[in-house]
Amino acid sequence: MSPEFRVRVGQALGNERVRRNIRRAMDGLVLKRCKAFPDEHELTVLRRRGKLIRGHALANLPDLLRELERNCERNGIRVHWAETAEEGNGIVLDILRRHGAELVIKGKSMVSEEMGLNAYLEAQGIEPVETDLGEFILQLADERPSHIIGPAIHKDRLEVAELFANHFPEIPSGEDIEGLTAAARQIMREYFGRALAGISGVNFAVAETGTLCLVENEGNGRLCTTVPQVHIAVCGIEKVIARLDQLPPLLTLLTRSATGQPITTYVNMISGPRREGELDGPGEVHLVLLDNGRSRVHADRELRSILRCIRCGACMNHCPVYSRLGGHAYGTVYPGPIGSVLEPQLQGIDRLGDLPDASSLCGACGEVCPVRIPLPGLLRRLRAEGIRGRKGSRVIGRGSRRKPMHQLIWALWSRVNACPVLYRGLTGLATRLRWLVPTSLGPWSRTRAAPVIAPRSLHELARAEGLEGE
Amino acid sequence: MSAARDRILQRLRARHPAEPRPLPDNPVRRFDWTGEERLMRFKECLEAVRGEVAWVGEDWPRILFERLREKGAINLRYALDSDLGAELEQAWPDGDAIRLIPHREQVETCRQDLFSRTDAGLTGCLGGIAETGSLVLWPSVQEPRLLSLVPPIHAVVLEASRIRSTFHEFLVEEDWAGRGMPTNALLITGPSKSADIEQTLAYGVHGPKELLVLVRQDQGPAGLA
Repeated sequence: MSPEFRVRVGQALGNERVRRNIRRAMDGLVLKRCKAFPDEHELTVLRRRGKLIRGHALANLPDLLRELERNCERNGIRVHWAETAEEGNGIVLDILRRHGAELVIKGKSMVSEEMGLNAYLEAQGIEPVETDLGEFILQLADERPSHIIGPAIHKDRLEVAELFANHFPEIPSGEDIEGLTAAARQIMREYFGRALAGISGVNFAVAETGTLCLVENEGNGRLCTTVPQVHIAVCGIEKVIARLDQLPPLLTLLTRSATGQPITTYVNMISGPRREGELDGPGEVHLVLLDNGRSRVHADRELRSILRCIRCGACMNHCPVYSRLGGHAYGTVYPGPIGSVLEPQLQGIDRLGDLPDASSLCGACGEVCPVRIPLPGLLRRLRAEGIRGRKGSRVIGRGSRRKPMHQLIWALWSRVNACPVLYRGLTGLATRLRWLVPTSLGPWSRTRAAPVIAPRSLHELARAEGLEGE
Repeated sequence: MSAARDRILQRLRARHPAEPRPLPDNPVRRFDWTGEERLMRFKECLEAVRGEVAWVGEDWPRILFERLREKGAINLRYALDSDLGAELEQAWPDGDAIRLIPHREQVETCRQDLFSRTDAGLTGCLGGIAETGSLVLWPSVQEPRLLSLVPPIHAVVLEASRIRSTFHEFLVEEDWAGRGMPTNALLITGPSKSADIEQTLAYGVHGPKELLVLVRQDQGPAGLA
């Protein structure tokens, strides 16, 4: 385990307040999802359909992306392509500069986090203002999201009250949630009126009609995409789906898996800028399609399945590791099981190989994934890639976690287990010399008692009973 | 820019050239509810997320007026089709108590008024979805997007006969893909909310704080098929 990860894990486990906040949140979300899917059969059918719809999109990805582009452009949405996060940031900056925007309001977008867009824009003298309540709280605290749906779940109301009191002393917000929310509404109102440009993410991009679908509860997404003169939508290339009628099954899977809601307060389906005669809407709508390593993941048949992800967060909600650590311990934009599979592929196993290892492989993530991504299998694949890349693999950093000493030990172990004479001899020796086994075994015995070797092995006992060769 | 496009598409094609897979089966998920059942389900689901539902007939302007007065609104901005608009104007009880403002200007010229001096907005809708208690809005030249979003109270006139069982059914039977999508088709299910602080629901975050749906049944219960 890398020292940085070890330190973050230690800090996370030691922070009682955050652990309490996260645990409360996860327990609640697990319960809500359970209640939202009372019919086992319906859930099975929906998950299979979700898997097939997303799988179909990935199998036909280049054609669907071209169809998406064609229909978006026909609708008046300008489509841009970015191979890397830097390119994507540059495209966004270019659009903002052309309009002289010094301030931009943002709806929640994990892709923009991945791009590091906020920091980039600030360095260029443009002020990004997060309008989603959770993201806004984090912006005040200068922190990163710890969960992909509820970015500020690690904070409790007292922390939020303190933040508001420090940053906006003139607005009475109190410590109750209603008061804090009312304060946020008042603060945001001013920004919504002023901003020349708005940035949003995209939940699904429909190729058939050139439509961008965004879901939200607060209304800030609608405000960011309707009021300003310019709307820029950033979207990973894997988010495209083929047909408009595939939205309903995916939406019901998404909202119920994420928060247990039958539907979000608002479902927006945007298909273009303001039309002739309309009274509102942006004059320009831009779509930035981001690759950032996804095309490399796509090339691997097995690993491609991670791109089915619809970003519901159910995997991390049900993960025993995530619910004890919280998102910050992972040190990545996407945490939890999805992050442990996606991030090492985007950034390299040499840098993030600890993440697939930090799992008990309990399988809960795979069981709840609405599009049936085989997460435990992918975690095991990445562990294997860390030791040795599969033939034809293009995973960055493959083989970087291979340790010659470990290889030797495993080679010896398999030699002994494959040879009955050696096996019998060595286990016999172990039982006879068991008083030589040390009680301290480094990291292993920091949290465990050292193993105690029996005076006679099970095989010996069995032979004594006359059970030879059974 | 188009160089990036070509490289991305090329990488996507490189390893797995043209493997066109047929579309997966996607039978329309719907329920065989009666009109009455659809109405009841719609009401239950919308009220569960703090939407308000009122049964109305031809007297809907009066009922709306009374509800708005209870809420302390002193004006109502509206954007309706010409028939509904005429009904509203003719039957409005008291234009001094609650001023009617037809919303016909570009947002650039009425932004201040819309954002800080409008108590309530009234729109029509395309229909409703029973399964989730949702409204379907199809903003257009007559019905702009911001009117259902900015004022703290959003009131909607919904024809009971236009409620379908599911979103899937609505989208497919009204052939959204074929007829062409509007700038911003919308599903609205209740007033705006957030659970970002301690997962506790708070209403009226950035969108409307209140949503009032006037369900119009001209023929009465018997007319709901």
